[in-house]
Order: sequence, then structure tokens, then C-alpha cells
Amino acid sequence: MLDFVQQLVSGIALGCVYGLIALGFVLVYKATEVVNFAQGDLMMLGGFFAFTFIGILGLNYWVGFAGAVICMALFGMLAERLVVRPILGYPQFSIIMATIGLGYFLRSVAGMIWGTDDFKIETPFSNGVLRIGSLVLAYDKLSVIAATIILCTLLYLFFNRTTLGTAMRASSENMLAAYYMGIPVKRVVSIVWAISAAVATCAGVLLAPITFIHSNVGLVLGLKAFPAAVLGGFGSIPGAVVGGVLIGVIESMAGFYLPEGWKDVAPYIVLLAVLLLKPEGLFGVHARKKV
Amino acid sequence: MRFLFKTDYDDDIRLFPHSGYVYSYGLLLIALLIAPYVLSSYVMSQLVFVCIYATVGVGLMILTGFTGQASLGHAAFLAIGAYTAAYLQQFNVPFPVYFLAAGLLTGVVGALVGFPALRLQGIYLVIATISFAFIVEEIMARWESVTNGNEGMRVKAVQLLGATVSRDDPTFYYLCLAVLVLTIVGTLNLLRSPTGRAFVAIRDSETAARSMGINVSLYKVKSFAISAAITGFAGVLFAHKLSFISPEMFTLQLSIEFIIVILIGGIFSLHGAVLGAIFLVMIDPFLTYLKDDMPGVIAGIAATLGASPERAGHIQDAASAFASANGLKGAIYGIIIVGFVLFEPLGLYGRWLKIKLFFQLFPLYKRATFKRQKIYVKSERNR
Repeated sequence: MLDFVQQLVSGIALGCVYGLIALGFVLVYKATEVVNFAQGDLMMLGGFFAFTFIGILGLNYWVGFAGAVICMALFGMLAERLVVRPILGYPQFSIIMATIGLGYFLRSVAGMIWGTDDFKIETPFSNGVLRIGSLVLAYDKLSVIAATIILCTLLYLFFNRTTLGTAMRASSENMLAAYYMGIPVKRVVSIVWAISAAVATCAGVLLAPITFIHSNVGLVLGLKAFPAAVLGGFGSIPGAVVGGVLIGVIESMAGFYLPEGWKDVAPYIVLLAVLLLKPEGLFGVHARKKV
Repeated sequence: MRFLFKTDYDDDIRLFPHSGYVYSYGLLLIALLIAPYVLSSYVMSQLVFVCIYATVGVGLMILTGFTGQASLGHAAFLAIGAYTAAYLQQFNVPFPVYFLAAGLLTGVVGALVGFPALRLQGIYLVIATISFAFIVEEIMARWESVTNGNEGMRVKAVQLLGATVSRDDPTFYYLCLAVLVLTIVGTLNLLRSPTGRAFVAIRDSETAARSMGINVSLYKVKSFAISAAITGFAGVLFAHKLSFISPEMFTLQLSIEFIIVILIGGIFSLHGAVLGAIFLVMIDPFLTYLKDDMPGVIAGIAATLGASPERAGHIQDAASAFASANGLKGAIYGIIIVGFVLFEPLGLYGRWLKIKLFFQLFPLYKRATFKRQKIYVKSERNR
């Protein structure tokens, strides 16, 4: 029983990691119907920025964290301006390919600049564990869970309660109509990419003690976060986190109870099963067909 | 400019609309047939890869280009074809039998993937095919009694009509070329048949296709099966060409390369698959050139421009350091993909069409002919 609870808790912690990355996917999708395959690589780049500020320049952890978030927000706007804006509205497939290309580019450039070694950031919660009874939880994993909950709540409120959030939802429904209503659509899209890159950076920095930073981390984690976003129903912020937690728990349970090899495949099998039964994901909006 | 006067439907669906096609493709075929006697063995080896990639490209084109169903899992179909060949070869099954068996098995698997894909669209379909590819990759690595796991499998040379055809033999090249040509002709025939028309109709509007009486699910499954079977055939040749296969060859990276093939070539034309395959196969030799010769050339240019020998040496070092940097290939891939999506969405074939039109209309060509219409995002959620 204790094993089970321990696996469950570590699965939830892992799942929050995926959920945090999936949040970035969902944000961009919710506002522009664009699926950003480079999200994991934005996270990787954020981690490297933070590593540069904290590890190389020796800044305070929180200052470096904030610096990385700001830099990456600007970078997200730049990437949106250069790669996404010219093809916004074209078939999804083109945009998916463009972001895959962007991901390739970012990975290899990061590899050229920072090398292909693993890097680590010293954080205030790198060491130490929380003990509840005989349950053990590392602080770095707790920090991820806390950050996921906070960011998810903030973003949910932002999308549902603020004017800007409403504008974002409107421009994703129908961009032309949003223009007519006086929404500065281009700026809205820019802002959402900035927010999404900032969320990715948070994920990257918080993950640094757990997964380390190397140029391929974005690809590996991004491919796990992607099923999370789909499972929750693309476009639902709480869905991303729930999907992430589900994937994390499934992965950690499969790794513990099933023979070797199931750990990596189990999330995808569950994903396929869910898509078969509910093609729009667990929290997705049911699509109505109009001609 | 030539105007074709069509009087009935048969004129419209003719494989060779006019005699020019017969001459130009005949010449191309003759050139390809005498190629082994003219070109070096290295170039021939690359040509074999072009044939294999182009075959996969045609298969993927049927699914993605003509039926409009994106797939990022075609490496899995290639793997199934390759592993079927390698497995059956152990029992001395003759080449034609396991070649067909590989295609058949891959086609059946493709149809099975097609069923769950029926209800999925856009991004959900992409992620479902990625998941499928991951699962297949893991099965290949774990099913050790059949696939030999991560150790990989050796693939012996092709035994055809009692003769052994090694992978560097011109005969092997002819085999690959024959498969490619047959695939292309078969696909062209498919596309002018009711089935092909149905595929295109589904791509353009599923709702409209359904209201015209097309059984959308049936044709989607058919499209998946045909596309997978062609990829399976290519997989057999791929296994023979590499003579060794292991699960880590058939990763997401390979699926993305296949998508790059059709994206670069031009997504709505079979020419695109071939052009894209040539382009993709040429990237590696180009990188080798960049590493080996480019620094010298740059230094030479710098020297002729008046740089001192010492300075030219520095420039050469810098250039070679850049060219041999880790991951340059990834960066080049990235730039190529983004560049094509942004600036040449119709691919290399689209560029060729533009050049052709320029000369046909000579003084009257307008850039705006191919200009993309501005489209505004509309939610796909309440489509």
C-alpha cells in the first residue's frame, strides 16, 4: 500500500511537470488554434537562459529566474512575429511543420551555443525532502506541483475573467470578427506567445534540478506533454493539468507494476484508447459540424 | 502556349495529356536506365535512396496530400515492412513472396490504424499517428523472439530468379526504380479513378464529400491502407539497402523526414515526392561538402579579395569550426522547413510551375498569380 501511495505521489509530481509544459501548448492553441510543436524547445531555451544568468553570471536565483522569463517572453514574441504570423490562418498542417522546423532550429542552435552536456542549476529547493509519515517527497518536486497549481489558477482566471483573456478567446473563435469588434488581434497573438514562452520558461527552470538542462530535454518532455494536452482536451487549461497528472500517474504505475518497456508506451496506449472513445479529449468541447 | 482541346471525359483523365509528356518522360526514363553505366557507385547508391524515399513520399502523398489526413507515423509502416522482410527471409521465403507479404501486412496494419483515425481530425490525428509510431517502435525493441530486439537484424542480399543481387548492384537499383515507377503509375491511375476522386473530395471538404454520397469512412480507411502498403514495399527495399535494421532507425525523426520530403517537393503533386526525395537525400552530401571543401573555398575567396595568408588561415579555421559544429544538420533542417512553409508553400514543384508559367506567358507573367489569399483564423472547434 505504501508503495502504491509513493508511486501515486511521484506520478502526480511527474504529471505536474507534463501539465506545466502542456499549459503552454494549450495557451497558444486556445488563443490562436495553433499547435506549437516547439513548446518543449522554448522550455529548454528558457532553462538555458536561466542557467546562463544563474550558473554563469552568478546572479541570485530569483533574479535570474525573472530575467530568463522576461527574455523568453520577448523571444516568444519574436518567434511569433517571424515564423507564425505570416502563416496564421493557413491549414494547421503548415503551422505544425513550421513549428517543428523552429524546434529543430532551436535545439541545434542551443547545442551549438551551450554544448551538449547536462547542466544543473543550484536552486533554493534542490536539497531536502518533506516527510509525511513514511512518505517521502523532494522539495524540488513539490515546487513543481505548487507552481503548476498557481500558474493553472492564474491562467484560468486570466482567460475567463479579464478583458484580454476574453479578447484572446474571441480572436481564436473568429479572427476577422474579432478585428471588426476592435480587438487588436496581432497584439493579442503576440502577447499570448509571450505568456506561453514565459510559462515554458517557468517549467524549464523548475525542472532544471530534476531533469537537468540539455539541448534535447525539450523534445523528450515535449513529446510526453503533448499527449497530456490532448488527453485533457486541447484548449482546456484545467484539462492540461489533469491530463498531465493522468499521464504521469499512468507512467509511474506502469513503470512499477508492469514489465519493463511498458513505462514509455503506456501513456500512448491510454491516449489512443481515450481518443477512440472521446475524440475531443476528456475536457474538450464537443465539436459541432457546420457547413 | 499550348491549349488542349478536350472533347470528352477520357481526354480529361488521360495519363499523358499530350505528346510532349511522352517525349520528356521517355527521355527521363532512358536517362535513368543508363545511369548505372555512367555515374559513380556513390551517386548510384544515393539514387537508390532517392527511389526508396520517393516511394514512401508517394505513399504519404496519397494520405496527406490527396486525402488530407496528416500522418507523423509513417516510419512505423516502413519498420513493419522492413521487419516482415527480415523475418521471412530467415525461413528462405523467396523475395517476391515476402515483398508482397510485407506490403499486405503493412496495408492491413494501415487499415487498422485507419479505423480509430476516422473520428480524429487535425491535431488529434497527428498525435494519434505519433502514438502509434511510438508503440510500434517499442514493440520492435521488445518482441525479441521475432525482431531480435535492440540488437537489430541482419538482412541478406536479395535472391531473385536464382541470382544474388547485392545492395550495390545495378540490378538492385533497377529493382528500386521499377518499384518507384510502378508505384507512381499505379497512383496516377488511382487518382483518376473514382477512388482517387473521392480522396480529393474528402480532402477538400468532408461534409461536401459525404453529401455527394461518398462513404467517407470507407475511403479514409482505404487511403490509410494503400498509403501504408506502399510504405511497406519501400520498407523491404530500405531493409535490403541498409542490410541491417534496428528499432532506433525508425524514430519520429524519420517520420518527420518523410513529411519533409512531401513538404519540400510540393504537397499536391506526385512530382513533389520525387523532387523532395532528391532534395532530402542531397542534404547529407551537401553537409559533407560543407565540412570538407567549403572552408578551403572560403579561404581561397578571402585570399583573392586581398586578405593576408594568415588571415585567410583564420577564416578557414573559423569556417571549418562552423561547418563541423554539432547539430548543424538540425539547424539546416529547421531553416529548410520554416523557409519552405513561409516562402514556397507549393514546394519545389510549385517553383517549377512558376518558372514554366513565366516562359509560357512570357511578357505577361504576374507574381500575383500564385499569391496566397489572406485567410483569417476561424475556430476549428465549432466547424
